[in-house]
Amino acid sequence: MKPNFGVVVFPGSNCDYDAYYVIKKIFGFEVNFLWHKDKDLQKSDIIILPGGFSYGDYLRTGSIARFSPIMQSVIEFAQRGGIVIGICNGFQILLEAGLLPGVMLKNKSLQFICKDVYLSVANSETVFTKDIPTGKILKVPVAHGDGNYFTDENTLKELVVNKQIIFQYSSKDGEVTEKFNPNGSAMNIAGIMNKEGNVLGMMPHPERCSDSVLGKTDGALIFNSVINNFLIEV
Amino acid sequence: MIQEPRVDLPLALEHGLTEQEYDRILKILGRTPSFTELGIFSVMWSEHCSYKNSIALLKTLPRSGGRLLVGAGEENAGLVDIGDDFAVAFKIESHNHPSAVEPYQGAATGVGGIMRDIFTMGARPIASLNSLRFGSLKNAHTRFLFEGVVKGIGDYGNCFGVPTVAGEVYFDESYQDNPLVNAMSVGIVKKGAVASAVAKGAGNPIMIVGSSTGRDGIHGATFASEEISEKSEAKRPSVQVGDPFTEKLLMEATLEIIKQGWLIGIQDMGAAGISCSTSEMSAKGEAGMKIDLNKVPLREKGMTAYEIMLSESQERMLCCVKKGYEDKVKEVFEKWDLHCEIIGYVTEDGNLDIDYDREKKVVIPSFELVLGGGAPVYHRESKKPAYIDELRKFDFNSLPEPEDLHDTFLKVFSSPNIASKKWVYEQYDSMVRTNTIVGPGCDSAVIYLKDINKALALKTDCNSRYVYLNPKEGAKIAVAESARNVVCSGGVPLAITNCLNFGNPYKPEMYWQFKEAVEGMGEACKYFETPVTGGNVSFYNESMNTAVYPTPTIGMVGLIENLKNITTSYFKNENDLIYILGEDYEELGGSEYLKAIYDKVEGDAPGLNLETEKKLHDAVLSLIEKKLINSAHDVSEGGVISSLAECCIINENNLIGAEVSIKIKSRKDFSLFSESQSRVIVSIAPAAKTEFENLLKKIGQKFELLGNTGGEKLLVNKLEFALEMLADIYFNTIPRIMNE
Repeated sequence: MKPNFGVVVFPGSNCDYDAYYVIKKIFGFEVNFLWHKDKDLQKSDIIILPGGFSYGDYLRTGSIARFSPIMQSVIEFAQRGGIVIGICNGFQILLEAGLLPGVMLKNKSLQFICKDVYLSVANSETVFTKDIPTGKILKVPVAHGDGNYFTDENTLKELVVNKQIIFQYSSKDGEVTEKFNPNGSAMNIAGIMNKEGNVLGMMPHPERCSDSVLGKTDGALIFNSVINNFLIEV
Repeated sequence: MIQEPRVDLPLALEHGLTEQEYDRILKILGRTPSFTELGIFSVMWSEHCSYKNSIALLKTLPRSGGRLLVGAGEENAGLVDIGDDFAVAFKIESHNHPSAVEPYQGAATGVGGIMRDIFTMGARPIASLNSLRFGSLKNAHTRFLFEGVVKGIGDYGNCFGVPTVAGEVYFDESYQDNPLVNAMSVGIVKKGAVASAVAKGAGNPIMIVGSSTGRDGIHGATFASEEISEKSEAKRPSVQVGDPFTEKLLMEATLEIIKQGWLIGIQDMGAAGISCSTSEMSAKGEAGMKIDLNKVPLREKGMTAYEIMLSESQERMLCCVKKGYEDKVKEVFEKWDLHCEIIGYVTEDGNLDIDYDREKKVVIPSFELVLGGGAPVYHRESKKPAYIDELRKFDFNSLPEPEDLHDTFLKVFSSPNIASKKWVYEQYDSMVRTNTIVGPGCDSAVIYLKDINKALALKTDCNSRYVYLNPKEGAKIAVAESARNVVCSGGVPLAITNCLNFGNPYKPEMYWQFKEAVEGMGEACKYFETPVTGGNVSFYNESMNTAVYPTPTIGMVGLIENLKNITTSYFKNENDLIYILGEDYEELGGSEYLKAIYDKVEGDAPGLNLETEKKLHDAVLSLIEKKLINSAHDVSEGGVISSLAECCIINENNLIGAEVSIKIKSRKDFSLFSESQSRVIVSIAPAAKTEFENLLKKIGQKFELLGNTGGEKLLVNKLEFALEMLADIYFNTIPRIMNE
């Protein structure tokens, strides 16, 4: 079955069209924009919360977006096991909405950072990573001011035990150390999922590296994996 | 009720108007202006809005023809045909004075302002560039300004969602108290869907949309039209405050409405706010406008008509709506949670007619206020400054030849002017909208155009030391170098926008610099067939001590029809052959070498032969078209040795060494660091050698084999440099200074 995608548009989302373009033009699947004031998910099978600065992010990143009408539907959808992917600001919104544990602090450098980073896949047995070749280190760009993932010791332990950590910042050879951590995040965390395995939040932008015209395509591996595996019971 | 000040000559002078100008106002109105009217005249006739001291010369530039769809000055930005029914709109603008006193907001609102100029034409901004100049980085205040400006540009552009893809940053003492912050935006639009900044058709409603109007930025345009002094600090309230989130909503709503065809015209509010947009739109439509200021949504209570008319609150637009479509327009703005109020309507009498609190505040013929209408036009006195001949007397042979060329090169290469600006551009989102094929760090940025499967090559450029030493030649070089950068990326130069940053035009020496630079720029633009689509003039870039170097920044747009032609600066393979195209004349005037080693800015600018330069462009483009070269990088600051080092290390993830021998003309240091123009370093596969050389011989392009790529070192004549060390200097010089 071909999945239907929904890309949520908050005021201030600015990677919404990028995600839409990749799904529509690169993969050729149905995709709809989901307006923040609506509640209708338009029969989406997979929902993307895109990057950007929802509501300007003048308060705390993602903190207002979670109160929007569409998010009430997204939360219910996720609780029913629907696949939700939050990218960058989308990840921040998932944290604020309580769909994923933890919080996002300002980058350790206190500066916005935009560059390609390398990601090592910490759990290959997920909807999001199953079809990524084993041992493959992904080159994916980050672009954020608040990507310094933080949570308490116990939650961190739980994330490890439950294999909820999906992506970690690493060297191009997969070495996960502080040297390759662009923002100071706990355990070099770049992406985590919920315990149930249907909600992924990640700071790097796979939609920015899925079109071969741009000379990098590792992001497509993640979308591909989701497309091939979204029907598998999680 | 606050009593308005009595209007007389002293008050007019205080507003920056001259006696002559005040007399003209009296004559136009046939009476003494009201306080609000005086304010409106003062901002509309300020240098910033009227271009009164520059327009006569600007008109000598090639400003139409070729692919230009809209001539310079006709709309908010220039418009160039890129085929397949699409056009590119682009413009560069300065925000120097605000950034000098409030670097963060000054730079941020500079970005916001130029973005509005683009989307008000119906074009969606797809890329942003900038050109920044500061004093010496050794100075703590410079670091404060530098940090604030970069953060301001980043925060605004990142949130707004347009990638910042290229630019330049220079450091020189001449900019110590007066930094330059020039921002450029590039957008694309379907040819039939371009919006105009016009109001016409009596009875059509006028709407104000976006943010409410506050007291911020009052007299910003006037502030920008005077020199910076110790009093400038007190002008901080003249600096506007930016809100990129609101601007993002404003853009989405505006583009949606323009597409629907419900508008007669639309203009953003930048300098001089409501005064400028109402008078310019109605003058363009040869119409008048009746406005009730009580309808304008205000941010604070008790604002006077004067304040409302002069406020430069950001993120506002003025729309002239087709009668009957008001509700539809309102609906879209409300969908995006934006204010939208009808504040008046178009009239036939040609007057800007403004009421507030049931009192008539303004009746001025719109035409009299605007550039091309009644705004004054001056030809100023010009005089060649004495320093020019003085500096040209400099005898380069009097310089001691450095004993250790190895260390000398490292010193030159450590100059923040040459070092990578990664510290800057990593703070900018350079990839949002997923069109960035070549981001910051190469000769020019390359941006994909999804709609038509082509790409744009974009670059800003100006070496102001050259312009200081020789304004005419320096300005030519600025055009030539930006074109060369675009060519090295595989693009055909299309057109330019310019941001002319100069000193006080009332000083004959300053005006001479301006005049000469405009002449040189015009010559080069004509020769390369890259017309000037518009831009911005920023005078009064002076402070207590000195004027800045004359800095005519060029923003060049090139077109890449075939994506396979996209070329980057850095070496790709081991064992490729390295060639240099062009010739060296051992020119060191205004060079980075002279500044970094001897702390001098002397001599004459390098010479530029337009024919030679154009031939080089044609040669490089032919080589690219025929797939004969693997990389192309121009020779600029720091000479051939610096450019070679850059070719080895710009691609941080794949350093490739080189072994070359450079022909020495008279002195080693001269040949290695000479900044002779019209030169490009290319690398080619050994198998392509014959075809490559034959093609160049046929064209008559001078070239020379320098050596080959490979290894982990750069070997230049007998000098040896480890790539790791060069990369460390290149990428970490600025972070080290900033993290100290």
